[in-house]
Amino acid sequence: MGGLSGDIWRPISLTIELAAFTTVLLLILGTPIAWWLARSKAWWKEGVATFVALPLVLPPTVLGFYLLVALGPMGPGGLVASLWGGRTLAFTFPGLVIGSVLYSTPFVVQPIRNAFEAMGDRPLEVAATLRASPTRAFWTVALPLAKPGFLTGAVLGFAHTVGEFGVVLMIGGSIPGKTKVLSVAIFDYVETSQWREANILAAGMVLFAFAVILAMTLVERRLAREAS
Amino acid sequence: MTRSQGIVGAFRGTLGSFALDAVFNAPASGITGLFGPSGCGKSTVLRCLAGLTRLPSSHCVVDGETWQDEATFLPTWRRPVGYVFQEASLFPHLSVRRNLLYGAAGATAPEGGPSVGFDETVGLLGLEGLLERSPRNLSGGERQRVAIGRALLSRPKLLLMDEPLSALDRLTKDEILPFLERLHERLSLPVIYVSHDMAEIERLADHLVLMQAGRVIASGKLADVQSDPHLPLAANRDAAVSFDAIVAGYDEAYGLLALRIEGGQLWVPAPPSAKGAQHRLRIAASDVSLLAQPQQPSSILNALPARIVARKPMGENEVIVVVGLGVDGAGARLLSRITRRSWDGLGLVEDKLIWAQIKGVSLAHK
Repeated sequence: MGGLSGDIWRPISLTIELAAFTTVLLLILGTPIAWWLARSKAWWKEGVATFVALPLVLPPTVLGFYLLVALGPMGPGGLVASLWGGRTLAFTFPGLVIGSVLYSTPFVVQPIRNAFEAMGDRPLEVAATLRASPTRAFWTVALPLAKPGFLTGAVLGFAHTVGEFGVVLMIGGSIPGKTKVLSVAIFDYVETSQWREANILAAGMVLFAFAVILAMTLVERRLAREAS
Repeated sequence: MTRSQGIVGAFRGTLGSFALDAVFNAPASGITGLFGPSGCGKSTVLRCLAGLTRLPSSHCVVDGETWQDEATFLPTWRRPVGYVFQEASLFPHLSVRRNLLYGAAGATAPEGGPSVGFDETVGLLGLEGLLERSPRNLSGGERQRVAIGRALLSRPKLLLMDEPLSALDRLTKDEILPFLERLHERLSLPVIYVSHDMAEIERLADHLVLMQAGRVIASGKLADVQSDPHLPLAANRDAAVSFDAIVAGYDEAYGLLALRIEGGQLWVPAPPSAKGAQHRLRIAASDVSLLAQPQQPSSILNALPARIVARKPMGENEVIVVVGLGVDGAGARLLSRITRRSWDGLGLVEDKLIWAQIKGVSLAHK
């Protein structure tokens, strides 16, 4: 990579790390939420669903602002940080993960919820008539049948985290190696007139986005064929 | 309601605008048909038995075990039932073999019903060639056979079948019915079989629970319910009585099977069959005529003495007559539909000795 500043790889690896952490966390936290939204008959569940979907509509700066308050020294985030002698969760990698998780939740929860809803009650009823406890039915029937939804959710969650900018800027700042992710790095390169680096990263993002969406479409089509 | 054997169910409640108030008993063995028009609540009763639907003031005791009462509600997965849905509902992500074994894995509990081996089930249902296939590559009939096998292999104490044939075409139905008849012969497992097709009930059921508009209007032995003139079945255009007969001999010269029924014996053209074997007979009301005198020479082989048990006018011009076979009228009961003019012309009255001439008998069991 002659002539390029070696720094260009740090935002890339940091971004991948952030997106991977976020995606894994979202799959773990989002699955029970999606399950509940798909199966519950509570009248207020659409209220919860709307709350989960808010990041789709809100400007990232709004989310970022509240996060800044929450993660800062006066908020619960500061309290948590004091456990290991820190002062704040803002401008740290864990803070970034928290922000990304909140920001990408709808992209993971919605496809999984749709998959749980699409399978209907019948497979679980069949499992119950075959002596499967609710836990066993969930692991051996619901999860495998919702596989396409999980795949879509994971890919969207990952890609969306890679592409976020506003939230990161608000709560992460631009600390190299700690919070300076790809989108922020491109912004900085442009600000400092390093067009070559900005160009390489930007073009890389275009390629990445194209590859992800194409791959997802192809895999989904194959899964749909298998399931029919 | 304190019988410890068999199935006792009382399900009451409303689902949307539909009110169910179904109280019934079913014996601990054999196939009990749950019959009624579409929308009468028979599938709901089956779902209640399985615990898939929960109605508040209900009561369900199977084989002495309380599955539901005021204080108890056993969830579906703790009930030793097998359930065959209208659509096979196989797990699409599992092979046929793993579908079959899904319930067997959880069925190790000692309270399970009679044990059926994997190989025996596979053989009984003709699934040998399908085991490694995926459910999506099966025909409708094959899928339903796998679903039946899967339910059996979970070692149920009670098998519930919800119109298992109604989603299938005529040819596929005829392909599956013999399998069900074989199951019936081989396994002592009690079965509740929901259907709105009387032909299926007549071939398979031993007992019948008749439902109408959310209520049970009659239950009892199949032939008893069929031949009760006060119930809607006897008034049907295609009313019939079905029961099991035992092979008493075979006339090789003419290819006729002698079948013993309560109160008489019938000659039926059929392929030879082992003495003592059971055959399911169906005798339609329109195939039975009544004679006031002993048999005159006739092309009709079967004319048996019988006594008139009951009668019911059908419309303006016809009468449905229930006769009991035998000189004492204590044998099997048949239905006969005759004109009112014949009734009056022959001077028929209840308890009169007559001869029932049977034009046609259909044999179901092969």
